[in-house]
Amino acid sequence: MKIAFTTKGTDWDSPIDPRFGRTDYILMYDEDKDVLTAIDNTDISEVAHGAGPRTAQKLFEQKPDVLITGNGPGGNAARALQQGNIKIVTGAGTMTAKQAYDAYKDGKLKSRK
Amino acid sequence: MKIAIASGKGGTGKTTLATNLAHLLSQKFPVVLADLDVEEPNSGFFIKGEKIQEKKVFRMIPEWDQDKCVLCGNCQRVCKFNAVIKLGEEILVFNQLCHGCYACSELCPQNALPMTSYEVGKITEFRQNDLHFLEGRLNVGEEQAVPVIKETINFAEKKFAPGILRIFDAPPGTSCPVIEATKDVDYIILITEPTPFGLYDLKLAVEVMRELKKDFGIVINRHGIGNNDVIRYCKDERIPLIGKIPNMKTAAETYAKGGLLSETIPEIRNALEKIIDNLRTLEVLS
Repeated sequence: MKIAFTTKGTDWDSPIDPRFGRTDYILMYDEDKDVLTAIDNTDISEVAHGAGPRTAQKLFEQKPDVLITGNGPGGNAARALQQGNIKIVTGAGTMTAKQAYDAYKDGKLKSRK
Repeated sequence: MKIAIASGKGGTGKTTLATNLAHLLSQKFPVVLADLDVEEPNSGFFIKGEKIQEKKVFRMIPEWDQDKCVLCGNCQRVCKFNAVIKLGEEILVFNQLCHGCYACSELCPQNALPMTSYEVGKITEFRQNDLHFLEGRLNVGEEQAVPVIKETINFAEKKFAPGILRIFDAPPGTSCPVIEATKDVDYIILITEPTPFGLYDLKLAVEVMRELKKDFGIVINRHGIGNNDVIRYCKDERIPLIGKIPNMKTAAETYAKGGLLSETIPEIRNALEKIIDNLRTLEVLS
Protein backbone atom coordinates (compact mmCIF):
# COMPACT_ATOMS: atom_id res chain seq x y z
CA MET A 1 0.00 0.00 0.00
CA LYS A 2 1.14 3.56 -0.76
CA ILE A 3 0.63 6.14 1.95
CA ALA A 4 0.99 9.90 1.46
CA PHE A 5 1.62 12.45 4.23
CA THR A 6 1.45 16.25 4.09
CA THR A 7 4.66 17.34 5.82
CA LYS A 8 6.91 20.28 6.55
CA GLY A 9 10.08 18.27 5.78
CA THR A 10 11.45 15.32 3.83
CA ASP A 11 11.98 12.53 6.39
CA TRP A 12 10.12 10.44 8.99
CA ASP A 13 10.82 13.00 11.74
CA SER A 14 9.24 15.86 9.82
CA PRO A 15 6.15 17.40 11.41
CA ILE A 16 2.87 16.84 9.59
CA ASP A 17 1.72 20.00 7.79
CA PRO A 18 -1.90 20.36 8.96
CA ARG A 19 -2.79 22.12 5.72
CA PHE A 20 -3.48 20.11 2.61
CA GLY A 21 -3.36 22.49 -0.36
CA ARG A 22 -0.48 24.56 0.95
CA THR A 23 1.62 21.76 2.42
CA ASP A 24 5.37 22.18 1.86
CA TYR A 25 6.01 18.53 0.99
CA ILE A 26 4.16 15.34 0.20
CA LEU A 27 5.92 12.37 1.75
CA MET A 28 5.21 9.05 0.02
CA TYR A 29 5.75 5.76 1.79
CA ASP A 30 5.57 2.59 -0.27
CA GLU A 31 4.96 -0.14 2.34
CA ASP A 32 5.66 -3.03 -0.02
CA LYS A 33 9.08 -1.72 -1.07
CA ASP A 34 9.73 0.07 2.26
CA VAL A 35 10.77 3.22 0.39
CA LEU A 36 10.16 6.80 1.55
CA THR A 37 10.24 9.62 -1.04
CA ALA A 38 9.57 13.35 -0.67
CA ILE A 39 7.81 15.44 -3.28
CA ASP A 40 8.53 19.15 -3.12
CA ASN A 41 5.39 21.29 -3.09
CA THR A 42 6.99 24.54 -1.82
CA ASP A 43 6.26 26.32 -5.12
CA ILE A 44 2.61 26.37 -3.98
CA SER A 45 3.38 29.59 -2.07
CA GLU A 46 3.49 31.32 -5.49
CA VAL A 47 -0.03 30.12 -6.28
CA ALA A 48 -2.71 32.66 -5.36
CA HIS A 49 -5.79 30.66 -6.32
CA GLY A 50 -6.71 27.00 -6.32
CA ALA A 51 -3.90 25.56 -4.19
CA GLY A 52 -6.19 22.69 -3.17
CA PRO A 53 -6.92 21.27 -6.65
CA ARG A 54 -3.31 21.87 -7.68
CA THR A 55 -1.86 19.86 -4.77
CA ALA A 56 -4.58 17.24 -5.22
CA GLN A 57 -3.42 16.78 -8.78
CA LYS A 58 0.19 16.39 -7.69
CA LEU A 59 -0.91 13.80 -5.15
CA PHE A 60 -3.12 12.03 -7.68
CA GLU A 61 -0.12 11.43 -9.95
CA GLN A 62 1.57 9.49 -7.12
CA LYS A 63 -1.42 7.14 -6.97
CA PRO A 64 -1.50 6.73 -3.19
CA ASP A 65 -4.11 4.57 -1.46
CA VAL A 66 -4.23 6.70 1.67
CA LEU A 67 -3.57 10.35 2.53
CA ILE A 68 -2.64 11.21 6.12
CA THR A 69 -2.97 14.92 6.94
CA GLY A 70 -4.03 17.37 9.65
CA ASN A 71 -7.14 19.41 9.12
CA GLY A 72 -8.21 17.62 5.98
CA PRO A 73 -8.62 19.06 2.49
CA GLY A 74 -11.17 21.74 1.68
CA GLY A 75 -14.10 21.27 -0.66
CA ASN A 76 -12.30 21.73 -3.97
CA ALA A 77 -9.41 19.43 -3.10
CA ALA A 78 -11.73 16.84 -1.56
CA ARG A 79 -13.67 16.68 -4.82
CA ALA A 80 -10.45 16.04 -6.72
CA LEU A 81 -9.26 13.39 -4.26
CA GLN A 82 -12.58 11.59 -4.43
CA GLN A 83 -11.97 11.23 -8.15
CA GLY A 84 -8.74 9.37 -7.36
CA ASN A 85 -10.32 7.06 -4.77
CA ILE A 86 -7.84 8.22 -2.16
CA LYS A 87 -8.78 7.46 1.42
CA ILE A 88 -8.43 10.62 3.55
CA VAL A 89 -7.18 10.29 7.12
CA THR A 90 -7.13 13.41 9.32
CA GLY A 91 -6.15 14.51 12.81
CA ALA A 92 -2.37 14.08 12.54
CA GLY A 93 -1.69 17.83 12.59
CA THR A 94 0.51 17.79 15.71
CA MET A 95 2.48 14.60 14.97
CA THR A 96 5.62 13.74 13.03
CA ALA A 97 5.22 11.60 9.92
CA LYS A 98 6.45 8.55 11.86
CA GLN A 99 4.05 9.14 14.75
CA ALA A 100 1.23 9.67 12.28
CA TYR A 101 2.05 6.41 10.49
CA ASP A 102 2.07 4.49 13.78
CA ALA A 103 -1.15 6.15 14.92
CA TYR A 104 -2.78 5.24 11.61
CA LYS A 105 -1.66 1.63 11.91
CA ASP A 106 -3.06 1.52 15.45
CA GLY A 107 -6.38 2.84 14.13
CA LYS A 108 -6.09 6.05 16.16
CA LEU A 109 -6.73 8.50 13.31
CA LYS A 110 -10.05 9.46 11.79
CA SER A 111 -10.97 8.42 8.28
CA ARG A 112 -13.05 10.64 6.14
CA LYS A 113 -15.16 9.16 3.40
CA MET B 1 -22.31 61.99 -11.07
CA LYS B 2 -21.46 58.75 -9.28
CA ILE B 3 -20.56 58.59 -5.60
CA ALA B 4 -19.49 55.40 -3.82
CA ILE B 5 -19.63 55.00 -0.07
CA ALA B 6 -16.90 52.66 1.09
CA SER B 7 -14.87 51.88 4.20
CA GLY B 8 -11.97 49.71 5.14
CA LYS B 9 -13.60 48.33 8.25
CA GLY B 10 -17.02 46.71 8.10
CA GLY B 11 -19.87 48.01 10.22
CA THR B 12 -18.78 51.64 10.23
CA GLY B 13 -21.96 52.99 8.62
CA LYS B 14 -21.74 52.62 4.83
CA THR B 15 -25.36 51.55 4.55
CA THR B 16 -26.51 54.09 7.14
CA LEU B 17 -24.88 56.93 5.21
CA ALA B 18 -25.83 55.62 1.75
CA THR B 19 -29.51 55.09 2.53
CA ASN B 20 -29.98 58.28 4.56
CA LEU B 21 -28.06 60.44 2.09
CA ALA B 22 -29.91 58.97 -0.90
CA HIS B 23 -33.27 59.38 0.80
CA LEU B 24 -32.58 62.96 1.85
CA LEU B 25 -31.27 63.96 -1.60
CA SER B 26 -34.21 62.28 -3.34
CA GLN B 27 -36.46 64.85 -1.69
CA LYS B 28 -34.64 67.47 -3.80
CA PHE B 29 -34.01 65.58 -7.08
CA PRO B 30 -34.13 62.01 -8.48
CA VAL B 31 -31.47 59.66 -7.09
CA VAL B 32 -30.39 56.09 -7.85
CA LEU B 33 -29.12 54.09 -4.88
CA ALA B 34 -27.39 50.80 -5.72
CA ASP B 35 -26.52 48.31 -2.99
CA LEU B 36 -23.29 46.74 -4.25
CA ASP B 37 -22.52 44.89 -1.03
CA VAL B 38 -23.92 41.86 -2.84
CA GLU B 39 -22.68 39.29 -0.33
CA GLU B 40 -24.85 40.82 2.37
CA PRO B 41 -27.04 43.57 0.89
CA ASN B 42 -28.89 45.42 3.62
CA SER B 43 -29.86 48.83 2.19
CA GLY B 44 -33.21 47.18 1.52
CA PHE B 45 -33.93 47.07 5.26
CA PHE B 46 -34.16 50.86 5.22
CA ILE B 47 -35.46 51.68 1.75
CA LYS B 48 -38.92 50.31 1.13
CA GLY B 49 -40.59 50.86 -2.18
CA GLU B 50 -42.58 49.41 -5.01
CA LYS B 51 -40.86 46.49 -6.70
CA ILE B 52 -40.36 47.30 -10.38
CA GLN B 53 -38.48 44.27 -11.69
CA GLU B 54 -36.08 41.46 -10.97
CA LYS B 55 -33.26 40.30 -13.22
CA LYS B 56 -31.12 37.21 -12.86
CA VAL B 57 -27.33 37.52 -13.10
CA PHE B 58 -25.38 34.86 -14.92
CA ARG B 59 -21.73 34.22 -15.47
CA MET B 60 -19.96 32.00 -17.95
CA ILE B 61 -18.03 28.89 -16.97
CA PRO B 62 -16.59 26.05 -19.07
CA GLU B 63 -18.34 22.68 -19.16
CA TRP B 64 -16.38 19.59 -20.07
CA ASP B 65 -17.49 17.60 -23.08
CA GLN B 66 -16.00 14.19 -22.41
CA ASP B 67 -16.75 12.81 -25.90
CA LYS B 68 -14.74 15.52 -27.65
CA CYS B 69 -11.84 15.66 -25.19
CA VAL B 70 -8.52 14.03 -26.11
CA LEU B 71 -7.00 14.73 -22.65
CA CYS B 72 -4.17 16.92 -23.99
CA GLY B 73 -4.16 18.93 -20.74
CA ASN B 74 -3.90 22.29 -22.49
CA CYS B 75 -6.81 23.64 -20.44
CA GLN B 76 -5.09 23.14 -17.11
CA ARG B 77 -1.84 24.62 -18.42
CA VAL B 78 -3.52 27.88 -19.43
CA CYS B 79 -5.71 28.27 -16.30
CA LYS B 80 -4.07 30.70 -13.89
CA PHE B 81 -6.62 29.92 -11.19
CA ASN B 82 -6.31 26.11 -11.10
CA ALA B 83 -10.02 26.02 -11.85
CA VAL B 84 -9.59 23.34 -14.53
CA ILE B 85 -7.50 20.30 -13.73
CA LYS B 86 -6.88 17.03 -15.43
CA LEU B 87 -7.02 14.02 -13.15
CA GLY B 88 -6.22 10.85 -15.02
CA GLU B 89 -8.87 10.59 -17.69
CA GLU B 90 -11.14 13.24 -16.24
CA ILE B 91 -11.21 17.03 -16.52
CA LEU B 92 -12.60 18.71 -13.41
CA VAL B 93 -13.94 22.28 -13.49
CA PHE B 94 -14.16 24.17 -10.20
CA ASN B 95 -16.86 26.80 -10.70
CA GLN B 96 -15.92 28.81 -7.61
CA LEU B 97 -12.33 29.16 -8.75
CA CYS B 98 -13.18 30.03 -12.36
CA HIS B 99 -12.84 33.72 -13.27
CA GLY B 100 -14.59 33.27 -16.62
CA CYS B 101 -11.58 34.31 -18.74
CA TYR B 102 -12.43 31.83 -21.54
CA ALA B 103 -8.75 30.81 -21.97
CA CYS B 104 -9.34 27.07 -21.52
CA SER B 105 -12.40 27.17 -23.75
CA GLU B 106 -10.91 29.25 -26.58
CA LEU B 107 -7.58 27.40 -26.58
CA CYS B 108 -9.03 23.88 -26.48
CA PRO B 109 -8.10 22.27 -29.81
CA GLN B 110 -11.16 20.00 -29.61
CA ASN B 111 -13.76 22.56 -28.48
CA ALA B 112 -14.34 20.27 -25.55
CA LEU B 113 -14.84 23.06 -23.01
CA PRO B 114 -17.73 25.17 -24.30
CA MET B 115 -18.70 28.08 -22.05
CA THR B 116 -22.14 27.81 -20.51
CA SER B 117 -24.08 30.30 -18.45
CA TYR B 118 -24.68 29.75 -14.80
CA GLU B 119 -26.89 31.76 -12.42
CA VAL B 120 -24.98 33.49 -9.64
CA GLY B 121 -27.31 36.16 -8.32
CA LYS B 122 -30.02 38.69 -9.03
CA ILE B 123 -30.74 42.41 -9.25
CA THR B 124 -34.00 43.81 -7.91
CA GLU B 125 -35.23 47.28 -8.74
CA PHE B 126 -37.50 49.23 -6.38
CA ARG B 127 -38.91 52.71 -6.54
CA GLN B 128 -39.94 55.02 -3.71
CA ASN B 129 -40.99 58.38 -5.18
CA ASP B 130 -37.82 59.91 -6.67
CA LEU B 131 -35.56 57.30 -5.11
CA HIS B 132 -34.69 54.41 -7.43
CA PHE B 133 -33.18 51.56 -5.45
CA LEU B 134 -31.24 48.66 -6.95
CA GLU B 135 -30.21 45.69 -4.91
CA GLY B 136 -27.51 43.30 -6.15
CA ARG B 137 -27.62 39.95 -4.38
CA LEU B 138 -25.18 37.06 -4.73
CA ASN B 139 -26.67 33.57 -4.44
CA VAL B 140 -25.90 31.69 -1.24
CA GLY B 141 -22.87 29.45 -1.74
CA GLU B 142 -21.34 31.56 -4.49
CA GLU B 143 -17.89 32.95 -3.76
CA GLN B 144 -17.36 35.57 -6.44
CA ALA B 145 -19.09 38.89 -5.83
CA VAL B 146 -17.55 40.83 -8.72
CA PRO B 147 -19.80 39.58 -11.57
CA VAL B 148 -22.95 40.58 -9.64
CA ILE B 149 -21.47 43.98 -8.71
CA LYS B 150 -20.50 44.59 -12.34
CA GLU B 151 -23.99 43.69 -13.59
CA THR B 152 -25.68 45.88 -10.98
CA ILE B 153 -23.54 48.85 -12.03
CA ASN B 154 -24.33 48.14 -15.71
CA PHE B 155 -28.01 48.03 -14.87
CA ALA B 156 -27.76 51.41 -13.10
CA GLU B 157 -25.89 52.83 -16.10
CA LYS B 158 -28.31 51.64 -18.75
CA LYS B 159 -31.61 52.06 -17.03
CA PHE B 160 -31.32 55.68 -15.90
CA ALA B 161 -30.50 58.98 -17.62
CA PRO B 162 -26.78 59.86 -17.55
CA GLY B 163 -27.32 63.05 -15.51
CA ILE B 164 -29.03 61.35 -12.56
CA LEU B 165 -27.05 61.07 -9.30
CA ARG B 166 -25.97 57.52 -8.53
CA ILE B 167 -24.97 56.50 -5.02
CA PHE B 168 -23.25 53.14 -4.53
CA ASP B 169 -23.28 51.35 -1.20
CA ALA B 170 -19.95 49.53 -1.60
CA PRO B 171 -18.78 46.32 0.08
CA PRO B 172 -16.31 46.57 2.98
CA GLY B 173 -12.61 45.73 2.80
CA THR B 174 -10.00 46.54 0.19
CA SER B 175 -10.18 43.61 -2.23
CA CYS B 176 -11.68 42.99 -5.70
CA PRO B 177 -15.34 43.70 -4.79
CA VAL B 178 -14.45 47.18 -3.48
CA ILE B 179 -12.29 47.92 -6.51
CA GLU B 180 -15.14 46.92 -8.82
CA ALA B 181 -17.62 49.11 -6.90
CA THR B 182 -15.38 52.19 -6.84
CA LYS B 183 -13.17 52.15 -9.94
CA ASP B 184 -15.57 54.05 -12.22
CA VAL B 185 -17.12 56.52 -9.78
CA ASP B 186 -16.40 60.25 -9.60
CA TYR B 187 -16.08 60.50 -5.86
CA ILE B 188 -15.72 58.19 -2.89
CA ILE B 189 -16.81 58.83 0.67
CA LEU B 190 -14.85 56.70 3.12
CA ILE B 191 -16.78 56.28 6.32
CA THR B 192 -15.02 55.28 9.51
CA GLU B 193 -15.45 55.21 13.26
CA PRO B 194 -13.03 57.20 15.42
CA THR B 195 -11.35 54.18 17.02
CA PRO B 196 -7.94 52.53 16.52
CA PHE B 197 -9.60 49.72 14.51
CA GLY B 198 -11.47 52.23 12.38
CA LEU B 199 -8.34 54.25 11.69
CA TYR B 200 -6.21 51.21 10.89
CA ASP B 201 -8.62 49.97 8.23
CA LEU B 202 -9.29 53.51 7.00
CA LYS B 203 -5.59 53.86 6.18
CA LEU B 204 -5.78 50.69 4.05
CA ALA B 205 -8.82 52.08 2.21
CA VAL B 206 -7.02 55.40 1.65
CA GLU B 207 -4.08 53.51 0.14
CA VAL B 208 -6.44 51.78 -2.28
CA MET B 209 -8.12 55.05 -3.31
CA ARG B 210 -4.76 56.68 -3.90
CA GLU B 211 -3.65 53.69 -5.98
CA LEU B 212 -6.85 54.05 -8.03
CA LYS B 213 -6.17 57.82 -8.26
CA LYS B 214 -9.61 58.61 -6.92
CA ASP B 215 -10.98 61.78 -5.41
CA PHE B 216 -12.25 61.00 -1.92
CA GLY B 217 -13.25 62.45 1.44
CA ILE B 218 -13.86 61.05 4.90
CA VAL B 219 -16.92 60.94 7.14
CA ILE B 220 -16.64 60.01 10.81
CA ASN B 221 -19.57 58.02 12.12
CA ARG B 222 -20.36 57.66 15.82
CA HIS B 223 -18.41 60.84 16.43
CA GLY B 224 -17.82 61.20 20.17
CA ILE B 225 -16.55 57.69 20.90
CA GLY B 226 -12.88 56.70 20.67
CA ASN B 227 -10.31 59.44 20.17
CA ASN B 228 -9.26 62.28 17.84
CA ASP B 229 -6.71 60.30 15.83
CA VAL B 230 -8.88 60.14 12.69
CA ILE B 231 -9.29 63.93 12.69
CA ARG B 232 -5.53 64.35 13.13
CA TYR B 233 -4.90 61.81 10.36
CA CYS B 234 -7.17 63.70 7.91
CA LYS B 235 -5.31 66.93 8.70
CA ASP B 236 -1.85 65.36 8.33
CA GLU B 237 -2.77 63.63 5.09
CA ARG B 238 -4.73 66.64 3.77
CA ILE B 239 -7.85 64.56 3.19
CA PRO B 240 -11.13 66.51 3.36
CA LEU B 241 -13.12 65.57 6.45
CA ILE B 242 -16.57 66.14 5.04
CA GLY B 243 -18.75 65.15 7.95
CA LYS B 244 -19.19 63.90 11.48
CA ILE B 245 -22.27 61.89 12.39
CA PRO B 246 -22.80 62.01 16.15
CA ASN B 247 -22.90 58.87 18.28
CA MET B 248 -26.43 58.55 19.62
CA LYS B 249 -28.34 55.76 21.31
CA THR B 250 -31.49 56.79 19.43
CA ALA B 251 -29.60 56.21 16.17
CA ALA B 252 -28.86 52.62 17.16
CA GLU B 253 -32.49 52.10 18.20
CA THR B 254 -33.86 53.53 14.96
CA TYR B 255 -31.37 51.57 12.86
CA ALA B 256 -32.25 48.32 14.62
CA LYS B 257 -35.89 48.84 13.64
CA GLY B 258 -34.99 49.52 10.01
CA GLY B 259 -35.75 53.23 10.28
CA LEU B 260 -34.10 56.17 8.53
CA LEU B 261 -32.19 58.39 10.94
CA SER B 262 -32.63 61.54 8.85
CA GLU B 263 -36.39 61.29 9.34
CA THR B 264 -36.52 61.27 13.11
CA ILE B 265 -33.23 62.50 14.56
CA PRO B 266 -32.61 66.23 13.94
CA GLU B 267 -28.92 66.07 15.00
CA ILE B 268 -28.25 63.41 12.38
CA ARG B 269 -30.26 65.22 9.74
CA ASN B 270 -28.11 68.31 10.42
CA ALA B 271 -24.94 66.25 10.08
CA LEU B 272 -26.18 64.89 6.75
CA GLU B 273 -27.11 68.37 5.51
CA LYS B 274 -23.59 69.48 6.39
CA ILE B 275 -22.14 66.58 4.36
CA ILE B 276 -24.32 67.65 1.42
CA ASP B 277 -23.07 71.26 1.78
CA ASN B 278 -19.47 70.07 1.84
CA LEU B 279 -20.04 67.88 -1.24
CA ARG B 280 -21.41 70.99 -2.99
CA THR B 281 -18.37 73.05 -1.96
CA LEU B 282 -16.15 70.28 -3.33
CA GLU B 283 -18.28 70.39 -6.50
CA VAL B 284 -19.19 66.73 -6.11
CA LEU B 285 -22.86 67.73 -5.97
CA SER B 286 -24.34 70.61 -7.95
